[in-house]
Amino acid sequence: MSLRKFITNKTTAALAVLLTVFANTSAFAQDAAAAAPKAVDMSEVYRSVIFYTLVFLAVCLFITIVGKALKVYELSQQAQGKAEGINWHKVNATLFAVSLIVGLYGLYWEYTVHGGMLLPDAASEHGVKIDSMLNLTLILTTIVLVVTHILLFGFSYIYKFSPKRKAYYYPHNNTIEKIWTIIPALVLTVLVLMGFLTWRSIFFKTEDPNNKPIQIEVTSEQFKWSIRYPGADGIVGKRNYKLTTSSNTLGIDFSDLKSRDDLMADEMVIPVGRPVKLLLNSKDVIHSFYMPHFRVQLNTVPGMQTIFEFTPTVTTRDMQEKTNDPNFKYLFYCAKICGGGHYNMQKDVRVVSEKEYEEWLAKQKTFLNDDLRKQFNLPVAPAPVKAVSDSSAKDSVVVKNKTLALNK
Amino acid sequence: MSTIALHDEHNQDHNDHGHHKETLISKYIFSQDHKMIAKQFLITGIIMAVIAMFLSILFRIQLAWPDKNFPFLETFLGKWAEGGRIKSDFYLALVTIHGTIMVFFVLTAGLSRTFSNLLIPLQVGARDMASPFLNMLSYWFFFTACVIMMGSFFIQTGPAAAGWTVYPPLSALPTAIAGSGLGMTLWLISMILFVASSLMGGINYVSTILNMRTKGMDLWKMPLTIWAFFLTAILGILSFPVLVAGVVLLIFDRSFGTSFYLSDIVMGTNILPNEGGSPILWQHLFWFLGHPEVYIVIMPAMGISSEVMSVNARKPIFGYHAMVYSLIGITVLSFIVWGHHMFVTGMNPLLGGVFMVTTLIIAVPSAVKTFNWLATLWRGNIRFTPAMLYAIGVVSFFISGGLTGIL
Repeated sequence: MSLRKFITNKTTAALAVLLTVFANTSAFAQDAAAAAPKAVDMSEVYRSVIFYTLVFLAVCLFITIVGKALKVYELSQQAQGKAEGINWHKVNATLFAVSLIVGLYGLYWEYTVHGGMLLPDAASEHGVKIDSMLNLTLILTTIVLVVTHILLFGFSYIYKFSPKRKAYYYPHNNTIEKIWTIIPALVLTVLVLMGFLTWRSIFFKTEDPNNKPIQIEVTSEQFKWSIRYPGADGIVGKRNYKLTTSSNTLGIDFSDLKSRDDLMADEMVIPVGRPVKLLLNSKDVIHSFYMPHFRVQLNTVPGMQTIFEFTPTVTTRDMQEKTNDPNFKYLFYCAKICGGGHYNMQKDVRVVSEKEYEEWLAKQKTFLNDDLRKQFNLPVAPAPVKAVSDSSAKDSVVVKNKTLALNK
Repeated sequence: MSTIALHDEHNQDHNDHGHHKETLISKYIFSQDHKMIAKQFLITGIIMAVIAMFLSILFRIQLAWPDKNFPFLETFLGKWAEGGRIKSDFYLALVTIHGTIMVFFVLTAGLSRTFSNLLIPLQVGARDMASPFLNMLSYWFFFTACVIMMGSFFIQTGPAAAGWTVYPPLSALPTAIAGSGLGMTLWLISMILFVASSLMGGINYVSTILNMRTKGMDLWKMPLTIWAFFLTAILGILSFPVLVAGVVLLIFDRSFGTSFYLSDIVMGTNILPNEGGSPILWQHLFWFLGHPEVYIVIMPAMGISSEVMSVNARKPIFGYHAMVYSLIGITVLSFIVWGHHMFVTGMNPLLGGVFMVTTLIIAVPSAVKTFNWLATLWRGNIRFTPAMLYAIGVVSFFISGGLTGIL
């Protein structure tokens, strides 16, 4: 039996397929065994590394052997003065067709199996807009990807070398070129316009006087976040980095009255449906404030305050039900390399109802404590001003008066 | 006129050439021959690629099993991986040096300069580069840059660890991360040498292409490869000096106490005296190089694949003029899109909108190139040589990568 017959033989092909399936399943079985939660034993990791290395080498070896065998076959055919042997153009062209089909199926598989892992569900107002923009772009680019690849691989298959045919001389066609300059330009114009509108709706908001945003100041330093709530006046007070001491780590300027009722928090709690205005600062290097669920990311830059406004729409509890995970937590992370502890720089976010938010806020302590009062030559007060957590302007005036009274 | 004169001069040079005695050093090491320099770039590039791959294997093993110890890592890395676990600072250093080597030393020098040196004189019909000496110097500056970059692994505080974009203040303050000590200084010096080498190479390519083309080869008869190398060299000449400017300012900030990039910084409770600078400035300067750099990397590949596809499809490239114009379009536009790396850096949002527009516009010439490649294949008589297979692969990759760019 000649090698060509051997290769085209159906039994051989069936055996090869069976062998591949067997090898694959045993490989996956191995994988599953490695994933099983046994004792922390490094030998397993090494075994899986060595296993895959060996599999890789074996595949390389197999391909080399097949290649060499084919070469020998070709040479022997040539020596006998027979026909050319294997038509490599045909083999390559067929491989193009096969990889087109496999690739398109892979694309479909990726979208259906892993598509949902792309991003967690959006939990903010503008997050939904960003997602729809992303989806639109994804659909358009996927169409282009599929069409161009069908053409690229299809042409490679159809127009493979044949001695009987001559290539068609076709150096240029201005009409066609104009068409495929203008069509992408038009599609991109649509994307640009939509992107522009989305971008504007996120960064250039007009303030609604009935639904004023809650100010929250977030300060990053290596490797932690500090959160400051504005207290009753609804405005976080001034800071001056030169005032930083070990007791006043944020360098808050308490000679500014607005600072005195500011509250510290060790998690970020925000009421659902109210706009939140984040005032982002950094003490040392550049960090990046990143809340994937809310589609919020903005760098914190030393020496420059950055501002991001967003409205959460899904409470933590709703999200726990939605994801079927009772331990679900919103988080914010650092998303810019900031040093050795970067990997662990995160804090919890809780989205709660308005009522829960107010109860929680009332429990928070002010930054201004007795030590700091001494430092800033302020009279030591018996009790700090309790935050009245409505940030309307009327209340803040009252509180201001109270704080003024305290200072006297 | 000058074209012809230069050409004749070189012919004479060549006649004398036979009398030269070439020693081992003048032939293989301090060679001024463009082909030998191309080989030097290729081999150095490959070695750097292997080193960078090795680094990536080290950190990816740790990344795959973050909670496990690998005793063999300690054998390789010593105190950087005590107990077989890579320290977080050193992990960042590995990532940084891997990125730097891959982007600058492998993709820029290894690809673009290997083929520019090899092909430009051959394809424009010149005997050698306009200045063979500058060409040799370009390689040796590059080599020194490589040595200094790798040397930073052998110092106490370790190599630069602020990411390949080395954003200050992290890269400016040794107190922020150990890698920002001597390691960062070496990184910056290495980068200056690399840029100097790039400029020497680039000026050479541009002057060779403009002045030393053979008789009758006007610009519109040049192969697309040469067009790509030409425009790549122009991109490099115009954008690399901006990086040098940024690097020099960073060196000033680090060593001489200036405040170009630093302002209002408190390390722990230590209040730094710097005032009035902006870290965003570095990002602008860096990405003004950083984005054209992307095209410096891809354009030679585009040029080479165009020729390979045209030859192996047995057809002239479809729409030669459109191909050249789209290359020129990419070159020009690539200078005004750098801000898309900075959407979330705190740059003015209005500016973000502008950069979004320019970024999407640059997709148009890229789309034209793709369609022209497809039209080149259409009704061709395609011979699947290895070069052709790779060229088709380049188109497929470029489509996939380019589309994610729009996304």
